[in-house]
Amino acid sequence: MTAIYHPTVARLTFRALLGRKRALIMAVLPTLLLAIAIAVRVPTGADDRAAVSVLGGFALAAVVPLVCVIAGTGSIAPEIDDGSVVYLLSKPVSRQTIITTKFIVAVAVTALFTVVPVYVAGLILNGNSQYIAFAYTAATAAAVVAYSAIFLLLGVVSRNAVVIGLIYALIWEALFGRLMPGVGNLSVQQWSLTLAEQIAASGANVTSTVSLTAGVVLLVLATVGSIWYAGRRLASFTFAGEH
Amino acid sequence: MPNDHAADPATTGGTPAGTATARGDARIHDIGYRGYDGPRLGRSHARRALVEQSVRGAFGIGRSAKSKILPMLLLAIMVLPAVIMVAVALVTNLDDLPLEYTRYAVMLQPVLGLYIALAAPQMVSLDLRYRTIPLYFSRPLERTDYVASKLAALATAIFLFTSLPLVVLYAGALLAELDAGDQTVGFLQGLAGAVVFALLHAAIALLVASLTPRRGFGVAAVIAVLTVPYFAATSLQVILHDLGNTAAAGWVGLLSPGTLMDGVQGAYLGGDTDFPPGSDPSAGGMGLAYLLVTVGLTALCSFLLVRRYRKEGI
Repeated sequence: MTAIYHPTVARLTFRALLGRKRALIMAVLPTLLLAIAIAVRVPTGADDRAAVSVLGGFALAAVVPLVCVIAGTGSIAPEIDDGSVVYLLSKPVSRQTIITTKFIVAVAVTALFTVVPVYVAGLILNGNSQYIAFAYTAATAAAVVAYSAIFLLLGVVSRNAVVIGLIYALIWEALFGRLMPGVGNLSVQQWSLTLAEQIAASGANVTSTVSLTAGVVLLVLATVGSIWYAGRRLASFTFAGEH
Repeated sequence: MPNDHAADPATTGGTPAGTATARGDARIHDIGYRGYDGPRLGRSHARRALVEQSVRGAFGIGRSAKSKILPMLLLAIMVLPAVIMVAVALVTNLDDLPLEYTRYAVMLQPVLGLYIALAAPQMVSLDLRYRTIPLYFSRPLERTDYVASKLAALATAIFLFTSLPLVVLYAGALLAELDAGDQTVGFLQGLAGAVVFALLHAAIALLVASLTPRRGFGVAAVIAVLTVPYFAATSLQVILHDLGNTAAAGWVGLLSPGTLMDGVQGAYLGGDTDFPPGSDPSAGGMGLAYLLVTVGLTALCSFLLVRRYRKEGI
């Protein structure tokens, strides 16, 4: 049985994610969300439709995937890029442990930058009327876990992880998701929206294109599958620079 | 073989004064370096060459097979809906295309945004990262030439990327024997929209990309700058419209490049917009504001870009 958490790896990953410009960019997005929430609330007062529109149309559709792309790929891709991952892999730490540790750190960081601001924005917008703030906070938490696993896998598999992650989040989920409802079956955003749909009062008009069971099963499958496969890939990792 | 240097005392022998060597027979051999006496093509040619090379690079031409994949894939995604629309129009004998020409770029904005985010850092980040900027300026090229060439190249690439599906739509419309006059007007409006779109986005994206020598970081930054305000502006518009404040919903469109373009096209190029009903800018007051902000933002970004390169590579 390999450990799932290695404190030193975690500390290094935290430092890589929260240092430099990366943290700044990640902080800009939730700040913008809170600014919009205040800008909507102050002149118009609490309004449930406005809350659903901001939390669903902006927070869950744009802020959450973007922060997750940055943190998920950022927890491993830069190390692979500049070659310093050699020093990490040469240590007697199971590679599956490295992946699960980095996953936990990525989830913690993205939760800090998305789940907390989404909840606060929900409270600002309508004070949790019809449980809208709870609903979107739960959906964000679920989405953050799945996104982090998927983008971490991308970071291990491809050198263009950021671009591919953005293609998935913006073109597949946002563009095709709007044009073709069937895309919702393969969209983290829709899977996690099923949770919001369950929690929010029926008058809040929060809907998802997939059923609750399908959403939860797919979320778990995507998360566990991505972590497992990322560990496999890291275990058989070869360096492109050697050839 | 004529060799002017053969008679030069400095190269034929003797120790130059001031160089103390262990052995007395040190000499500089003539190994045949020759000066260049071919035609010198000058500044304008250098500028043109830089534009051409950058435009080709933006589509992956002249680069490795791997770097052709993404631009070509995105171009295919961009043209595909146009091909489908033409096919539908041909088969079902429509009287008009299912979509106005000016709407096309707005509908496929995520694809365009991604292409811009790939192309802009590719154009500037390598020069910054490997410090090749001084090499450019050792030629007759001026700093403003470098910036203007890159800007022109990116705008050209974006324009080609946006207008290719419009050409497909237009050709298909003529083949389907739709009204040629209407279609030509619509097509020209679409092209005009594409020019404005390309200039605005090239200026914004190049400025953002030039701030970092790291390509991946540049891609993410350009995407964020283009999409985050767009999502913010469109959801604010919906909210304001729901609350009955249609005028404010119109003004909020000024806040993102995407809605800005949409508004300009709606006001001046005879198109619909994605704006909530009733908040479209008209050609008068609000439309003028859209046009001014578009021109102003393009100019401001270009100015900042020139400033950003003023001290680069010294």
